[in-house]
Amino acid sequence: MIARALRATLLSDDGPRSRLLALLLFAILIGLAFAPFLFPGTRSLNVAAKICVFILLVASYDLLLGYTGIVSFAHTMFFGIGGYGVALAMSRFGVGWGNIAAGTVGALLLSLVLSLAVGLFSLRVKTIFFAMITLAIASFFAILASQLSDITGGEDGITFKLPEVLSPGAKLMEAPIFGVDITGRLLTYYLVFAGSLAGFLVLLRIVNSPFGRVLQAIRENEFRAEAVGYRTVNFRTAASVISALAATLAGVLYALWLRYTGPEVTLSFTIMVDILLMVVIGGMGTVYGAAIGATLFVLAQTYLQDLMRAASEATASIPLLPVLIHPDRWLLWLGVLFVLSVYFLPAGLVGKLRAVSGTQR
Amino acid sequence: MTRALTEEAADGGPPTIDVPATPLDKIPLLLVPAMMLVSLPLIDSFPSWVTLTVAGLAMGMMIFVMASGLSLIFGLMDVLNFAHGAFITVGAYVGVTVLRPLGDWTSADSVLDNSLAVLLAMAAAGAVGGVLGWLFERIIVRPVYGQHLKQILITMGGLIVAEQLIHVIWGPDMIPLPKPTTFKGGITFGEASVEKYRLIAVGVGAVIFVAMMLVLNRTRLGLLIRAGVEDREMVEALGYRVGRVFVGVFVAGAALAGLGGTMWALYEESVRATMGAELMILIFIVVIIGGLGSVGGCFVAALMVGLASNYVGFLAPKIALGSTILLMMLVLLWRPSGLYPVAKR
Repeated sequence: MIARALRATLLSDDGPRSRLLALLLFAILIGLAFAPFLFPGTRSLNVAAKICVFILLVASYDLLLGYTGIVSFAHTMFFGIGGYGVALAMSRFGVGWGNIAAGTVGALLLSLVLSLAVGLFSLRVKTIFFAMITLAIASFFAILASQLSDITGGEDGITFKLPEVLSPGAKLMEAPIFGVDITGRLLTYYLVFAGSLAGFLVLLRIVNSPFGRVLQAIRENEFRAEAVGYRTVNFRTAASVISALAATLAGVLYALWLRYTGPEVTLSFTIMVDILLMVVIGGMGTVYGAAIGATLFVLAQTYLQDLMRAASEATASIPLLPVLIHPDRWLLWLGVLFVLSVYFLPAGLVGKLRAVSGTQR
Repeated sequence: MTRALTEEAADGGPPTIDVPATPLDKIPLLLVPAMMLVSLPLIDSFPSWVTLTVAGLAMGMMIFVMASGLSLIFGLMDVLNFAHGAFITVGAYVGVTVLRPLGDWTSADSVLDNSLAVLLAMAAAGAVGGVLGWLFERIIVRPVYGQHLKQILITMGGLIVAEQLIHVIWGPDMIPLPKPTTFKGGITFGEASVEKYRLIAVGVGAVIFVAMMLVLNRTRLGLLIRAGVEDREMVEALGYRVGRVFVGVFVAGAALAGLGGTMWALYEESVRATMGAELMILIFIVVIIGGLGSVGGCFVAALMVGLASNYVGFLAPKIALGSTILLMMLVLLWRPSGLYPVAKR
């Protein structure tokens, strides 16, 4: 009874609908919630924080790509606005909670205005034009960020300090818990985790609302959705605004975690490609796909390279093979996986898991 | 239709009907000279204006070579290939691979040897680009005809894989590619100095443009391509296999991209794995400004973008790419489907 009520409120009655998927998601949730205790160490905590941020970022992109059928390449722009917003506020106006809030609000406002402008200006056109136009706008923004080095720090980006409580040096408790020191870093991690989880659940709520249904109707048949009486342009614009705001929030969290922001980590086209890979491999049109995709991708990005390095060294005597499995070539294999999943797994891993369980709608 | 049949019966030859020719829309053509004229007082120095104009035209011509195929591919089959940039990069790398062993030819102080080496490199780049395009059409694009979302995704995937394979084959580092001896340096007209290679690029681009226009407007194949762009189903209903024509156009477009890649690599004197992806943004802007599916529009747009980025790059270097995006927005406000809207989709 309680479980059902929880499912209805927290998950918006959109359960995983596959036992294996539920298990995986639960494992991810537990893994992330207790990451500092389960996987102690700086590197694994970095990975966990990155997974948290990217789950939110990818879920927000899925609202566009998977639910509404809009291909935008400007998503990193909003991610970057969040990062730069908080970084600028902290480095310019000094360290403080008020400035974090001010930077976040400022970034959200800028994203709101920009996404409204982009949406109203170009969402009337076809998918392909929108994709091309957003690509141009995003690259312009990235160049602007690296050119205006007086404000943004150029290619170097901005490094900033966090309030005392969140700094790694701050000891919040005298005694360690389960052998882990309770530092400001840990608190920052839980801030990131809570922010991402909240954002994720809100997005889950949105896609399962009547509004989300209309978005899916637009994706399936825009003409028909319009004929039924929905102003599709308004809905598409609203979807892109919500998605932009969520991406901005993800950017804020990421900047807080890294205590840094720069073109490489937020604005580059590589990040955009990463997001695309995560959405498609995880599963378009399911918010859970974002969680699976982001986790798999970030884990692969970090640990697959180690594996490939070992394999590459082991096969050093064979021609060509070591080059193909060189650790720097990990993206090659994910690219192949991406192409294969567009062909064979149009609903991604989540879709596959649901189909196996036979409970797909 | 009946008139056509009777006329065919009368003299046995192909039917000849005087279809009133669509008058050429001249306003977009005036934009290029207009841009040149407007920028003259802004730059305020005739010699640098000449240098910039030639640089802009050269850049525009090279972009046209790379972009024209993309535009036609879209017009004919409603396919937008985000991996078009991969053909450019591969073309550039093939150009380097061919030019390096020919060091004797490129360093010789002879126009003939130099040109031969460059022509060979361009031909090789075109050939490899074409083969790659054929494979790409087969493996990547064919299964997703008519599905825009999947097309964008799958060609993005193709771009990632192609870029990574380039790393595997040619290594991750930037490869320097010096221009052949006689192509280096500049020529001075009065006080204005113009780089030789830019003049060559303008020449090559113009030749390719004229050749394309002749093929499209004066041959039967060109007629089929243009008709296919206008109304593919009708052409198919008349019994032509538009699919085959399309494969040909796809291959030709990829070959031109490869050839343009070599030209661009010589212009920049270096080759990087990311150059294709970077150029794609300019190419998209050009294709949108020109109107998807129109070769003439693509040409005008490429020249406009080339000129704009050079003029603005001189006047306000920080917003060079911004200027082309501004140009795109202005054109789209004036003509929402580009200068010469062709594809009615």
